[in-house]
Amino acid sequence: MGRIERHFQDIGYLDTLAGQDTAVHRLDPRAKLVTTLAFIATVVSFGKYEISSLIPFLFYPLYLLAAGNLPAGYVFRKVLLVSPFAVLVGIFNPLLDQEIHIRIGALALSGGWVSFVSILMRFTLTVGAAMTFVAVTGFNTVCMALERLGAPRFFAIQLLFLYRYLFVLVEEATAMVRARSLRVFNGRGMGLPAYGSLMGHLLLRTLDRAQRIHSAMWCRGFDGSVRVMRPLSFGRREFAFVLGWVAFFAVMRFFNLPSYLGSTLSEFMR
Amino acid sequence: MHMADALISPVVGAAAWAATAGAVGHSSRKLREELDGHRIPLMGVLGAFIFAAQMVNFTIPATGSSGHLGGGLILAALLGPQAAFLTLASVLTVQALFFADGGLLALGCNILNLGFFPCFVAYPFIYRKIAGGHMKRWRITTGALAGAVAGLQLGALGVVLETWLSGISELPLRTFLFLMQPIHLAIGLVEGLATAAVVLFVVKARPEILRETEPATGPALSPRALAAVFLGAAIVLGGGVSYFASVRPDGLEWALSRISGPGAPGSTAGEVHDIAGDLQDRTAVLPDYGFREGGRREPAAATDGTPDGSATGAGKAVSGLVGGLLTLLIAGAAGFFLKRRHNAAARGGPAGS
Amino acid sequence: MSHHIVEARDLHFTYPDGTQVLRGITFRITHGESVAIVGANGAGKSTLLLHLNGYLRPVSGELRVGDSPLTRENLRMVRRAVGLVFQDPDDQLFMPTVFDDVAFGPLNLGLPPEEVTKKVEAALQVVGALHLKDRPPYRLSGGEKRAVAIATVLSMSPDILVMDEPTSNLDPRARRTLIELLKGFQHTKIIATHDLDMVMDLCRRTLVIREGRIIADGPTERIMRDGQLLASSNLEIPLGLRGCPVCGEGTG
Ligand SMILES: Nc1ncnc2c1ncn2[C@@H]1O[C@H](COP(=O)(O)OP(=O)(O)OP(=O)(O)O)[C@@H](O)[C@H]1O
Ligand SMILES: [Mg+2]
Repeated sequence: MGRIERHFQDIGYLDTLAGQDTAVHRLDPRAKLVTTLAFIATVVSFGKYEISSLIPFLFYPLYLLAAGNLPAGYVFRKVLLVSPFAVLVGIFNPLLDQEIHIRIGALALSGGWVSFVSILMRFTLTVGAAMTFVAVTGFNTVCMALERLGAPRFFAIQLLFLYRYLFVLVEEATAMVRARSLRVFNGRGMGLPAYGSLMGHLLLRTLDRAQRIHSAMWCRGFDGSVRVMRPLSFGRREFAFVLGWVAFFAVMRFFNLPSYLGSTLSEFMR
Repeated sequence: MHMADALISPVVGAAAWAATAGAVGHSSRKLREELDGHRIPLMGVLGAFIFAAQMVNFTIPATGSSGHLGGGLILAALLGPQAAFLTLASVLTVQALFFADGGLLALGCNILNLGFFPCFVAYPFIYRKIAGGHMKRWRITTGALAGAVAGLQLGALGVVLETWLSGISELPLRTFLFLMQPIHLAIGLVEGLATAAVVLFVVKARPEILRETEPATGPALSPRALAAVFLGAAIVLGGGVSYFASVRPDGLEWALSRISGPGAPGSTAGEVHDIAGDLQDRTAVLPDYGFREGGRREPAAATDGTPDGSATGAGKAVSGLVGGLLTLLIAGAAGFFLKRRHNAAARGGPAGS
Repeated sequence: MSHHIVEARDLHFTYPDGTQVLRGITFRITHGESVAIVGANGAGKSTLLLHLNGYLRPVSGELRVGDSPLTRENLRMVRRAVGLVFQDPDDQLFMPTVFDDVAFGPLNLGLPPEEVTKKVEAALQVVGALHLKDRPPYRLSGGEKRAVAIATVLSMSPDILVMDEPTSNLDPRARRTLIELLKGFQHTKIIATHDLDMVMDLCRRTLVIREGRIIADGPTERIMRDGQLLASSNLEIPLGLRGCPVCGEGTG
């Protein structure tokens, strides 16, 4: 229960962050969405033992973080907090793949460790990018972008409604759980029968609410399609943003910058 | 359990996205045809309900652990499969965007695993066959249990297959299956119980709600359509895999080598594998941690695991490390300056600009 | 033709689950009147209000808005002419931002974008919520939500304002602000409420409903002094009319 509540507070906070007004915030959401998807696709397309060539990709989330004036510590903590599945599955790699992959002096690293680190890198990059993307865009605007990019309108509207009523329903559920916990003694009352009727009540109330919302919509001329006035404009700045970043991803995909820097440096030292 | 971007290869992700997009489009079209306006707020609010439902636990007798409602099955029972699928897709999208549960690329997989199976398989072929239109206690309970278990088993199988096909994790197929399926059997039973409890309450309190949706749903997705969807996904996946393997040997090579395994020597997949290996030797996209004099790329230790432990190998590794640190530094500094500039602008600039 | 007149003739209504709620409601409200509808919980006030713009159709009886009976053909017109503000603003504010929400109605009317913007801003200005334009509705206080909910209806330029418990859940100050706001409106107003002090301030005429029937219809002054009548509807004489317990003097 704590987890969901924390998530819920996070949503509110992300919304606040998305309400800022910086150059990246002002960009058309489609540009940011497309770029972020390109970013994630590029990152996951690397081989599983890749570490060093993934590093330059940090530029993108860091750019969003800095240009969007987001709190780095918060984003970093959130990325750490949500990694269980990736870590859980990835942690088997060092056990299962013990062949030596690279040696640095006396230190030998098995392929498993390398690929595990690679998984963690991917995780940080993809989650970090997605989070910073939402934080500089805002959920509602993401929905508009989805719709403009061809997602069914029905689906986009449905997302908007879900998001809107998340806040109301989570509050209702919290109140009900609290009311139950005040009347539970020695764990009695926490069982399935009470649960069934508690959730059942919440469900019925939810259905009634849906009915009332529909009547409120109907009263204001709702005829089956939801209209939103939100001019989006894909201008030169957006083109520059998308092209610039995609070109960067493409170059970094095929050219290992860290490796190049490292060898140049060692050559120079010599 | 949610798939994560970090464990998924682009082909698997894209194939799942394609299949999901198809299913979302199909469901949206279906719903638009029979559109009655009250569905729109209903679906949205029920999606929010699924979130809220995850905050409410009940204790499972004699175990000391607790469970909660999962969502797929009860949504399907209330809304019919298409609307329930769209609603679950929205729930998962919100989770991917805000909770970082899964990720954007893995979203397709997650919608398939957690949305498609319960709504288009478990509900119409199991729950409704057993409990549909009945108000009897045992029928609803059995239907909910069987439906939830089946949906979650399929979903877990989806996770395992997608992870295995992506080849990022080293977990062997069988081990992974043995890990996932029993866990999800337990989760399925708990979810089935929770679903049954809520449905039974609704049946008693407001039977018209379930009766209303039951007949309106009609055949959800005929077995033929279901087969077509699976076939489509398989073709996309298969086609994608071989295409990708021919141009980008990457991590998939590993997965392919398993598919073509000892059971099917000389199969087409095996050939693809050979070609892939060959290509890889030439292009060497796989780990190259170093450069030789003149900057020519050199194929380094690849998936065959031959360790490159020579002195040059160590040199390469070191240069990779140093370069990595350097890049990190640059990225950090760039971010720092950008932020500084931004803050300065915010402080010094005129209010309004 | 004037849309400002609402007339109900022997309305009966039963919910699909068999709950009989309205059992013969008759009244006529004319141009510019401000009328309160009071009654116990479950008396049928909200149900009646939903009839006034055609959302619910009576099982029998007739509703007239303007000069003609409500039919399928003039439903659109009636929906625009009768602006209904719901009891729970969370039900009314369903769009992502305040602006989108206030624009929802005008956009459905098919108005061009410039005019929509103008109407939205004008409506928000009237309720003093223009500065909330870009906020999401779940981030508003109760009073702000209520003000915006009223704006969502005003932006459609209704002739008749119908409100369900507009002062519930408001703190005294927000309640006062709202009452002053409503006082300024020229619309015909129909307000269902338990807040009898507000009724004293705002409405000349009061209808009392009990078990789906109108048991009293007359000047607010008279009804509010009829302790027996009020008690029979689970209501109490408003504080403003009670004698002062300290100094022993009655007001008015
Ligand atoms: N959708 C519905 N289906 C069935 N019965 C309903 C429905 N809505 C309301 N009722 C019943 O109709 C009766 C009148 O309800 P209504 O909401 O109109 O009362 P009200 O006068 O507005 O009460 P309150 O002062 O509590 O708001 C109640 O007994 C209620 O239970
Ligand atoms: Mg009411």
